[in-house]
Amino acid sequence: MLRIDAHPTHKYMGFDIRMGKPLPFGATLVPGGVNFSVYSSHARSCELVLFKKHEPRPYATIPFPDQFRIGNVFTMVVFDLDYENIEYGFRMEGPFDPREGHRFDGTKILMDPYAKSIGGRDVWGTDPDWSNPYPHRARVLLDDFDWEEDHPLEIPIEDLIIYELHVRGFTRHPSSAIRHPGTFAGIREKIPYLRELGINCVELMPIHEFDEFENSRISPTTGRRLMNYWGYSNVGFFAPKAGFAATGKFGMQADELKNLIKELHKNGIEIILDVVFNHTAEGNEQGPTISYRGIDNKTYYMLTPDGGYYNFTGCGNTLNCNNPIVRNMILDCLRYWAADYHVDGFRFDLASILGRDQNGAPMHSPPLLETLAFDPILGKCKLIAEAWDAGGLYQVGSFPSWGRWAEWNGKFRDDVRRFLKGDPGLAGAMAQRLQGSPDLYQWQKRGTRASINFVTAHDGFTMMDLVSYNEKHNEANGENNTDGANDNNSWNCGGEGPSADPEVNRLRLKQIKNAVTMLLVSQGTPMILAGDEMGRTQGGNNNAYCQDNETSWLDWRLLGENAELHAYVKGIIRFRRAHPALRSCHHFTSNVAPNGYPDISWHGTGAWACDWSSESRTLAFLLNGENVKGGTANDTFIYVAMNMHWEMHGFELPQLPQGLSWHVAANTDMPAPEDIFESGAEKRIGNPSEFLVGPRSIVVLVGR
Amino acid sequence: MAENISMTCAGGCAKVVLSGRLDALSAPALQEELKKLIGQNIEALVFYANDLEYISSAGLRVIIFAKQKISAEAKVYFIGGREAVVSVLKMSGLDTFMSIQPTYNG
Repeated sequence: MLRIDAHPTHKYMGFDIRMGKPLPFGATLVPGGVNFSVYSSHARSCELVLFKKHEPRPYATIPFPDQFRIGNVFTMVVFDLDYENIEYGFRMEGPFDPREGHRFDGTKILMDPYAKSIGGRDVWGTDPDWSNPYPHRARVLLDDFDWEEDHPLEIPIEDLIIYELHVRGFTRHPSSAIRHPGTFAGIREKIPYLRELGINCVELMPIHEFDEFENSRISPTTGRRLMNYWGYSNVGFFAPKAGFAATGKFGMQADELKNLIKELHKNGIEIILDVVFNHTAEGNEQGPTISYRGIDNKTYYMLTPDGGYYNFTGCGNTLNCNNPIVRNMILDCLRYWAADYHVDGFRFDLASILGRDQNGAPMHSPPLLETLAFDPILGKCKLIAEAWDAGGLYQVGSFPSWGRWAEWNGKFRDDVRRFLKGDPGLAGAMAQRLQGSPDLYQWQKRGTRASINFVTAHDGFTMMDLVSYNEKHNEANGENNTDGANDNNSWNCGGEGPSADPEVNRLRLKQIKNAVTMLLVSQGTPMILAGDEMGRTQGGNNNAYCQDNETSWLDWRLLGENAELHAYVKGIIRFRRAHPALRSCHHFTSNVAPNGYPDISWHGTGAWACDWSSESRTLAFLLNGENVKGGTANDTFIYVAMNMHWEMHGFELPQLPQGLSWHVAANTDMPAPEDIFESGAEKRIGNPSEFLVGPRSIVVLVGR
Repeated sequence: MAENISMTCAGGCAKVVLSGRLDALSAPALQEELKKLIGQNIEALVFYANDLEYISSAGLRVIIFAKQKISAEAKVYFIGGREAVVSVLKMSGLDTFMSIQPTYNG
């Protein structure tokens, strides 16, 4: 059917135009032309500025006629544009009155906040032309895609094993031996590796367009250029980072990312995006004007009473998340990624900011978080909060959730690390962490689904560094080692940094196996930092956000060097996937099943007698395999003995029902291949009443 | 027909010779050509790309269109493409449904 509005009504300087539609915002292909729509409640006028791709100067400027504005939205269709070969921006006239929050500047060319594709940083690390009047350029995207049968996987969150990775760092190192290192296409080439490892979800560190040259400088210690490598600083929320795509130079990053997602799904792997809605790359009043500041500063940012920028993020500005306009933009954005990219979930960076009101005060029932929790399009998406911010709000266990939000469980990380290095008195805390932190989440009846468990993440030490360094070593970041966390709860096992002492190295390997075991036998959702399975090190740097080099890049040669560790991690992942008892979505109740055993019971060096004292460094638990996962599955008995003391201890084993016997599934005190056994091939133990657990070791038994 | 496209069709095999740039400007003409094949019992669709310099998003979409609309059973071949063009096809995932090969003996 032909539309009767697909023809121009006006002409301007040779361009055929007509009034457009206000929704959707951004640039949309319509019959014969492109519909442009942009919101500003304070601009007096707006111009559309058109560039030929990569040309430094615009070839046309078309003012939005007054009669094309609806409410606070400027909207126009321009016909006969070569949409693949143009870039567009806006110029807005309005008041410049910083005390009132207005910072309009009619000379600036502004990026569309809804840009679906952004040029300007097409190839990672290519020096930009600093005189470019419009460095980050909105482009028109063909947003159709041949998804075939693809659909988000909707794996229950308690069954996920999340693998957090940086798109560039994962395959940039030459040792990755692939065709397109450092890109979405590169991850696709590594899907067989991910499958073999056994994870079923990748969480990508920020992939929205950002500027790797933001705050670029030279390291005082290495002389190398430091970059915004991590990308926790958005230029645009709707566009994938071009520099992460091998096809970025052709403007095809969206197709490449969608293809990666389709292939991940085909292989049973979900994808979660790390999204950064707390601030933008515009910084404070000293920062560049890219988009939001020049379009409607007062709407997009939290401003102090005298018009300055609140800085709850440590990054200069704070996005005004609970302003209704910004709230809608965030919702539009997440819906777009869920619907158009088939993304399975989101992890929200510094999510506590999303719960602050327009003056920065924490809200009881933040409308944005509630909207996301109940949104129909996001209804099956995982929503994961980093439940704190840089302004001092810490909400682990109290993040407003409506039963929908999960949290990065920072207490899990801290307690496991302290228990691991032999701090006394942690048996009680560890009992909570191992069963999905009911102390944090049960009061809201959130179950284990609220807890994303992790020992390491991009922030902080890698696993190898956690057992190799007592102190952070961030000198190469050029901030006098003042950046990055100080409370790492790490222990170097007897010498700072790389060691030639085989005893130290043996202990480090064992400690990593211990940490990974605690992570994978805990209720809740485990998250592994990419590379930890092969002993990736950052040389003690616990904040490598600016290190686009071997410090951050995964060195795939480690697979050979640390083959024993890699095999162990694979084995313990398989163990988790084979045992539904480890993946309950409900907290335990201590209810006794028909076989006479409670769902979980606590033990120590004595059976049924746990040492909860302030000197305790031992803990054991027994899971009853009968009627697990809310009565939907049956499993073996699982017994886990943890001895974080530096001396060996005998653990008296709880008695099994008649006819069953204990078998060793894992023993971190043993070298390969006695450290981990395949399901069904576990090794039967000789003495059914006691097991000697080595110093700083964990033993996992199955009763069958 | 556009200058940089030529198509012949015989015995269930359609041969399309591409040259120059396949982008938003030239793609509609190719799409119109390909539409003529709908319902013609095409078994093989062969794109000769030896002289194709560049393929854009819009260009890729015409090839996907061909796969979707002409015949689900038709085999699609992409012959003689330059490295730069072929790598775009692969990275955007088109290699999963068509055979990319240096020559065609059909």
